[in-house]
Amino acid sequence: MSPAGWVGVFLVAALALVAVAGDRLAGQSFDRQDIARALEGPGSDHWMGTDALGRDVFARTAQGARVSLLVAVGSTALALGLGVAYGGIAGLAGPRWDGPMMRAVDVLYALPDVLVIVLLSEALNATLGVVPDLYRRLAALVLALGGVGWVGIARLVRGLVLQAREELWVEAARSVGAGPARLLGRHILPNIAGPILAAAALRVPAAVLAESTVSFIGLGIQPPFASWGVLAADGFAAMRSHPYLIAFPSLAIFATLLSFHLLGEGLRERLERAG
Amino acid sequence: MIRYVAVRAAQALGVLWIVATATFGMLRLLPGGPFDREKALPPEIVRNVEARYGLDQPLAQQYASYLGGVLRGDLGPSYKYLGRDVSDVIAESLPVSLQLGAAALALALAGGVSVGLVSGMRRGRALDRGLVMLSLLGVSVPSFVLGAALILGVALYLDWLPGGLWESPAHVLLPALTLAALPLATIAQLTRASVIEVAQRDFVRTARAKGVPERVVRRRHVLRNALLASITYFGPLLAMLLTGSFVVEKIFAVPGMGRFFVTAVTNRDYPLVLGVTLVYAALVVVANLIVDLLYAWLDPRIRVRGESE
Repeated sequence: MSPAGWVGVFLVAALALVAVAGDRLAGQSFDRQDIARALEGPGSDHWMGTDALGRDVFARTAQGARVSLLVAVGSTALALGLGVAYGGIAGLAGPRWDGPMMRAVDVLYALPDVLVIVLLSEALNATLGVVPDLYRRLAALVLALGGVGWVGIARLVRGLVLQAREELWVEAARSVGAGPARLLGRHILPNIAGPILAAAALRVPAAVLAESTVSFIGLGIQPPFASWGVLAADGFAAMRSHPYLIAFPSLAIFATLLSFHLLGEGLRERLERAG
Repeated sequence: MIRYVAVRAAQALGVLWIVATATFGMLRLLPGGPFDREKALPPEIVRNVEARYGLDQPLAQQYASYLGGVLRGDLGPSYKYLGRDVSDVIAESLPVSLQLGAAALALALAGGVSVGLVSGMRRGRALDRGLVMLSLLGVSVPSFVLGAALILGVALYLDWLPGGLWESPAHVLLPALTLAALPLATIAQLTRASVIEVAQRDFVRTARAKGVPERVVRRRHVLRNALLASITYFGPLLAMLLTGSFVVEKIFAVPGMGRFFVTAVTNRDYPLVLGVTLVYAALVVVANLIVDLLYAWLDPRIRVRGESE
């Protein structure tokens, strides 16, 4: 992998560490209030300062990392599963099914992400009766992000499956009696896993961006949870007097997107060289 | 070509019909009706209100009158802005969004294509590396971060340009720049990739082998074909601009459709939400149709493949 790719790997690892051990690194919990020391700028006790309720901004940003990354990784896993299944079936089923299936995907692909995410998560939030109230919006958002992200993966998988099914080894497997499920699961998918995983790695920053955008406009993550988008929106309101409040969550999003892009690009370049 | 146009246009209409049906379905499925109050209204008033909005009729009839309304450009009354139709709200806010979008589109296309061409033609040089790094930074900055930075730096600190509202041409600059950044960087990446790809094609090698001067090879063969590919970004580009407009219109206090959409979702003003959705879908579908037709007109191979489908 290229040096830039390794920088990406290192940064993603550091980020995961902050997400997991944020409270311990900050020395205090993300929701501990200390009104007497509200809106203190960055200093030795709180090195990213405190917010309007005297909560430590570093601990809040680390907590935001946990929420943002959890949502992004969870929705990407969902998108990966849906995309591989849909694309695999479309690719194997032949033109009669393939055509209509891909048309449907084209429609979803053309609509703006955030629009579909907002509508889907509103509808899901209203219908997810089984999930406890506290987690319902979170679950709805993960499902909605996954429900948008699978489209690109399905297109990619379908194209790769169409290519692979012409290959001799697929023909050989079919001639010894492998059914469609076995053909896809045992023979085709393991052979096309590389580019699919590289595409999934690039879905993660897209999900981080979409989640923070939706949360920033107030339609995503809701209290008591806070993602970077929520923190940035809070900071935006007080931007003039306390710019550090928006600066730190913004930097966190920027660093995350950059490191995942570097990682994804590194993976892709490596695959291109191998293939 | 005529057959191809007819097929694509029919498909576009079909997509719009599906979106309209889906929005109608969501409108009826979503709980939390428009007239839910803290205190329950007397049943006879609820009945009157439902009769006023046609909610007492059978579902099939409601669907028929909804579709009929959409065809006439009537998207129903807003639940929140009493006495105003969704169409009025859209008629007021859409032009603002279109102005902002057109400015951003021009910036993103002009900037992205030129950066991509320069970078792709000088592959591997210092200038190319710098531009690649710059576009990587560009796709990593969310619009609300860039917008906030511009408001703080250019509007509040330097006091060069207004940092909000929508009153004069100068008010367009900062939001348009914020909206254009992400698509500009994306287009630069895609254009660079397609220049590099085209430069390796056989017809470029043939042209060089014939002794065509390098300058002419680049302009005639590489540039033209790479630009042809850039037409295909138009659809995704529009989707990106629409997504960005939700945030940009909010932070710069621009009275466009994106901002109405956000407040309408918060207010559960579903007719407005779904009316705006329908307008967005129509914009995207029409843009994609134009792109397909333009592409088929410019590239006969697509036309032939499209007809045989």
